[in-house]
Amino acid sequence: MVMPIPPAILTLLLGMGLVLSGLWVGQNVSLLPLDASSNAPVYDELFKVLFSIGTILFIGIIGLIVYSLVRFRRRPSDLSDGVAIEGNLPLEILWTAIPAIVVLFVGIYSYDIYERMGGMTPLNDHSLHAAHADASDSRTWAGISPAMAESDDGMAAVPVDVTAMQFAFIFHYPDAGITSGELHVPLGQPVALTLKANDVIHAFWVPQFRLKQDVIPGQPTLLSFTPTRTGRFPIVCAELCGPAVTS
Amino acid sequence: MTISLTPETAPAHGPSLQPQGWLRYLSFSTDHKVIGLQYLVCGFLFYLIGGALAGAIRTELLTPISDFLPRQTYNEVLTLHGTVMIFLWIVPVVNGGFGNYLIPFYVGARDMAFPRLNAVAFWLIPPAGLLLISSYFIASAPESGWTAYPPLSLTTPATGQIIWILSVLLLGGSSIFGGINFIATILKLRRPGLKLMQLPMYCWAMLGTSILVVLSTPVLAGTLVLLSFDIIAHTGFFNPALGGNAVVYQHLFWFYSHPAVYIMVLPAFGLVSEILPVHARKPLFGYTTMVYSIMGIVFLGLIVWAHHMFTSGTPPWMRLFFTIATSFIAVPTGIKFFNWLATLWGGRIALNSAMLFSCAFIINFVFGGITGVALAQVPFDIHVHDTYFVVAHFHYIVYGGTVFVIFASIYHWYPKVTGRMLNEPLGRLHWLLTFVGFNLCFAPQHWLGLNGMPRRVAEYDPQFQLINQFSSVGALLMAISTLPFLINVVMSAFNGEPAGDNPWRALTPEWLTSSPPPVENWKGEPPLVHEPYGYGIKPGDISLTDTSGRDLWRLGAGSDSRS
Amino acid sequence: MTSLSPSNNLSSTGGDPSVAHDDQQHGEHGDHRLFGLATFLVADGMTFAGFFAAYLTFRAVNPLPAGAIYELELLLPTINTVLLLASSFTFHRAGSALKRSDRGGCRTWLLITAALGFTFLAGQMKEYFSLPFGLTDNLFASTFYAITGFHGLHVTLGGLMILIVWWQSRTGGRVSADHPFPLEATELYWHFVDGIWVVLYAILYLL
Repeated sequence: MVMPIPPAILTLLLGMGLVLSGLWVGQNVSLLPLDASSNAPVYDELFKVLFSIGTILFIGIIGLIVYSLVRFRRRPSDLSDGVAIEGNLPLEILWTAIPAIVVLFVGIYSYDIYERMGGMTPLNDHSLHAAHADASDSRTWAGISPAMAESDDGMAAVPVDVTAMQFAFIFHYPDAGITSGELHVPLGQPVALTLKANDVIHAFWVPQFRLKQDVIPGQPTLLSFTPTRTGRFPIVCAELCGPAVTS
Repeated sequence: MTISLTPETAPAHGPSLQPQGWLRYLSFSTDHKVIGLQYLVCGFLFYLIGGALAGAIRTELLTPISDFLPRQTYNEVLTLHGTVMIFLWIVPVVNGGFGNYLIPFYVGARDMAFPRLNAVAFWLIPPAGLLLISSYFIASAPESGWTAYPPLSLTTPATGQIIWILSVLLLGGSSIFGGINFIATILKLRRPGLKLMQLPMYCWAMLGTSILVVLSTPVLAGTLVLLSFDIIAHTGFFNPALGGNAVVYQHLFWFYSHPAVYIMVLPAFGLVSEILPVHARKPLFGYTTMVYSIMGIVFLGLIVWAHHMFTSGTPPWMRLFFTIATSFIAVPTGIKFFNWLATLWGGRIALNSAMLFSCAFIINFVFGGITGVALAQVPFDIHVHDTYFVVAHFHYIVYGGTVFVIFASIYHWYPKVTGRMLNEPLGRLHWLLTFVGFNLCFAPQHWLGLNGMPRRVAEYDPQFQLINQFSSVGALLMAISTLPFLINVVMSAFNGEPAGDNPWRALTPEWLTSSPPPVENWKGEPPLVHEPYGYGIKPGDISLTDTSGRDLWRLGAGSDSRS
Repeated sequence: MTSLSPSNNLSSTGGDPSVAHDDQQHGEHGDHRLFGLATFLVADGMTFAGFFAAYLTFRAVNPLPAGAIYELELLLPTINTVLLLASSFTFHRAGSALKRSDRGGCRTWLLITAALGFTFLAGQMKEYFSLPFGLTDNLFASTFYAITGFHGLHVTLGGLMILIVWWQSRTGGRVSADHPFPLEATELYWHFVDGIWVVLYAILYLL
């Protein structure tokens, strides 16, 4: 008589397979567009981690449900009951603790990512603001602004004033005195946008830069990035701003 | 076996001015069961309207250019779609509909605590809904989205926006009245001898939901009153051009509208907790942790609203706080899902429509929950905020979550309400079409959002056309899936197989009476159910499976009490 | 069918005298109505909380245009505060009188309470007309009028409710020591409105 493989070992193997496949999917399945700014790869790193965790969880739960439905299904004539198990405290503590640790890890990790993207710049930062052309604004709200860190390299950020309106973005280059409907930025050099809106809320979004910032009337907002790839990328207005689209 | 529900003579009822028969469903009835069905049917009619609007949206998005609807009409359609589906379908049905029908049974009462207030709460809904729809014909429908963000909502045509505000205020009032009624019924109207921790889980879900309704809905009401001042009286609360602050509106709006997601989803959690044990023939796993996790969700749900505003220029500490708080909602929510899985594990699962819809709900909601935890992370959200990724996530929560549960509940409780069974093959066809259609419609939208398609647009980059067409085909399947459901519900009401009083051999109190139940729910004393989930063979007990279950349960009619 | 555990799953209460008769399940019970009202007042309080939060945020974030008037006169609102607090006390006396079945005393105290309430409203009107700013002048003005106006609406409603209770208590049929609900409900509401005023006074006038 052959001894069956103990269920504990099978479960362990299944779990390992699940984790490995989740990691593989997270690393190898790409759902994101081209990365064209210095913080896009940082973003993509976070995406891969979240995608891996999500895949493991999702496949695991689907597997459990489908297995339960098949394994424990009942014939219409069967009137018997399952076993009256009303709870299992150690098990419940386990599946409270593990998700708590995972979300804590994810939270801290994404905070780190956010810091690297320059998102933790405080509001109304006058040192940022002083470098900027438009000094008439009393206050500026900070979006993603890694310009501080990058200016250490001695490279000055290119200032651009952006005005969002129904239904266009207007770009003004104070250094060159040019105003245009397209945003032209140099490769590898930080760009500091000051976004303003006068009518309704707009949102400035370049998917390839992984950046988005609401442009709220009354709140001039600073948004910085460093382009790392040449090409033409669409600027999308992501906030409902009336009966037209800008893209 | 000591069941001795002695039949008593029902209290004598004098002649009533209330209409009898089907007409009472159009009357100002104070019977909680009638009101529950009024909510359900009224909500379903609005679901059909909201679905037609969704169909218009998906038709427009078949092509990258704006060709089916003018852009302005498109914005009106998406605004009405959101408002109708949230305020006239999901919230009223999953709270008012099932809540009114079931809660008095579960607490062992003959009606809600305030029956007249209850009827008022329902009868606010049809006028509010008709008012909202009529705005399209009176002037122009509101076109600033269901969020009505100023300053956009201050610049779009005022009449439509004011009608929208009025309508939402009426619906909010209805919701608050309903919430007060549920809190009073659950806390004050419990049958003597019934302890809080013996209540079916749906009571806890409704208690938590009603707390959220009472605490958050008034804030929305106040905010909308201020918004209407901005529109009519030209004050500048939310108008930056007049020195106001548009972001304050967003804070106040989301202080309601994030809990609103739990107002839509917690009752669904409760309903699933009722359905799974019955059809898996096992007790609900982890009752106590379920209760605590509901209350945990209620508490956390109130302090996470600003995660909808990560790109609104909120200060960094606020983004950090709301990221962490939002992520932690995954913990109590996860507990509930693990508990449901453990409930299924080792059961005797009947693969009927109610169970299939419930399990599809678990799968959809887990998916929506995973994308939700991702969205809670500020850096992740910054890329996908206001894109189709959010649209997909949201529909996985409210459609894949709540609407699937509404259907599961209809399959589960239809025999109780009508005394007849629904047709199972048609039910499974409905499930299959809905499940495939839903996932085909919304899963691809995650990719669209990640790759650059914003939401609420009639036109898009042509590279997204193929995926949008997949999505539209899914929407078409969802529309078709309504047909077998409607046929089933109407035909079964007349020709369905008689169900008996308790076809599922369930233990919760609504099944311990006749189907349909009599006017005051039970002839005689309400049963005292200490263990609403007392299914299953106690480990070590002798199996008594040979006894026929059906006979034991035909007690509510009072004709044959046995022991 | 094994799912019934004989001991405690289902039991009839027919033989248990302590729980046999529970007629409170029929119809509306006074206690529940008061509880329902209290729940409603929690909701109402949240509306005010939303307004206060908006006001405080506006103050913190949105600077007023130059020359806008921020300061309010304190004398009249302080007198109003005293009036309103006194009216809570007089209402309490009305309630105690009703409990003692002293209908005359109860009605007198009710009238005094209503008079105090309407004097408060008159004071509020006087303040409105003497203020140097109008509803749409600036953000502070708009918020001030919105919050005090919403509160004034509550006082007006409460004053009318007091008069109705006063009218209903004239024969002792509708409102009496045995039927205290209308009075108790109005009293609870009135105390709530007073409590909101105290917070409002602290935030709008003192802060």
